Amino acid sequence: MAAPIVDARGLHKHFGALHVLRGVDLSVVERELVFIIGPSGSGKSTLLRCLNRLEEPSAGSVVVDGIDMLDPRTDINHARQRIGMVFQSFNLYPHMTALGNVTLALRKVAGKSRAAAEELGRAALARVGLADRAGHTPGQLSGGQQQRVAIARAIALEPRVMLFDEPTSALDPELVGSVLEVMRALRESGMTMIVVSHEMGFARNAADRVLFMDHGAIVEEGPPAAIFERPAHERTRSFIGQIQRH
Amino acid sequence: MSRWDRFVETFLNGTVMWKYLPDILSGVVVTIELAVLVVITGLTAGLVLALLRSLAIRPINAVIVLIVDCFRSLPPLVVIVLIYFGLPSAGISPSGFVSTWLSLALVLMSFSEEIFWAGITSVARGQWEAARSTGLTFGQTLLHVVLPQALRLTIPPLTNRTIAITKGTALGTVVAVTEILGQASSAMSNSYNPSPLMMGAAAYLVLFFPVVVVGRWIETRFAWKR
Repeated sequence: MAAPIVDARGLHKHFGALHVLRGVDLSVVERELVFIIGPSGSGKSTLLRCLNRLEEPSAGSVVVDGIDMLDPRTDINHARQRIGMVFQSFNLYPHMTALGNVTLALRKVAGKSRAAAEELGRAALARVGLADRAGHTPGQLSGGQQQRVAIARAIALEPRVMLFDEPTSALDPELVGSVLEVMRALRESGMTMIVVSHEMGFARNAADRVLFMDHGAIVEEGPPAAIFERPAHERTRSFIGQIQRH
Repeated sequence: MSRWDRFVETFLNGTVMWKYLPDILSGVVVTIELAVLVVITGLTAGLVLALLRSLAIRPINAVIVLIVDCFRSLPPLVVIVLIYFGLPSAGISPSGFVSTWLSLALVLMSFSEEIFWAGITSVARGQWEAARSTGLTFGQTLLHVVLPQALRLTIPPLTNRTIAITKGTALGTVVAVTEILGQASSAMSNSYNPSPLMMGAAAYLVLFFPVVVVGRWIETRFAWKR
């Protein structure tokens, strides 16, 4: 088996008295798409956010692309370039155009000239099907378009792995498809992806592995067919039953 | 003599006004100098304090909050009097002009720090997270992502505060600054006629009306669709 590109071991996270992650191990190999499901408050988002250290784990280790993310000597800002992240609420910069959103880190972090950054930025926007929206501000874009700009902002930095934190949860149902389509294309291009989402149809078609989390721990994991059709655990069964009823 | 003539004679007396016009104009110059100094130094200091506060270093923030709250509670006049009459006993004797400038700048610094700080904290946490997740440093995020949004939010309260405090230049009369009101009131007592005061009022209108208009223009110019 190939060496994992994301390797998290024994992750714990406390928020005061709250024990949100209780010893999570997660290892993801290159080109793998790992899907994380679980009830709200189960620690899915916290797990993702520990991987790029938006959240400081209380204990454990995180190695991404050979870089020890928790080592104080690690240049965290440099390391974060390799880990793209997409958020539930898009978090586009409202005072900048789509192109400005995509090029900011290219210029300030990757050190590209304005011209080079704009070329890469336009290419990234083209990949998410928004080449013609480069000059629009987030306020002039639909939710689905905003999320695709957010994906372009992340992939423009050519990350080794992409984290998706409920990328379609804030979208109107008719806009979800366009975002999933972009994610599917990204997957086909060989991107390693870790996705927290409730889009079970997408998980079934695209995921290599599905993890079910509950109470800060991974309850079970396996290929999507196994998890969805024959969950081993009672909690997994009841959770999948609940979301499929809707 | 009709009532109207008597009114004009008293409040809009041409001879008196013509005689004291140069004094009022020199007062206008002093007021402008004072106002520009107060606005530039006060807002700059306020922004610096707000940025310092965003570093979240507890002891520093405690000091900032203490200073800012003091100057926000004290009437500006008290600050002017304290500096003008109090500092000499510490061996420093600032002129009336410097005392007024320093006092109003400190007061504007304090109010604007609070406004800038409110602006910075009102920018959604997701903005910080998105920017940091792409590898931007704390400083870059503050400069390129948070401040531009924060400043837009702060423009309306900031223009109001700035105008209110800048009008406080009139308090300089108390410590013998020859700004508009000082010139107008000494002209009034020399001429036994309140017409110079009317000129002073007109001068304030001419000075501050454009500021209000520009403030409103900036508000609409920099508003963006969310």
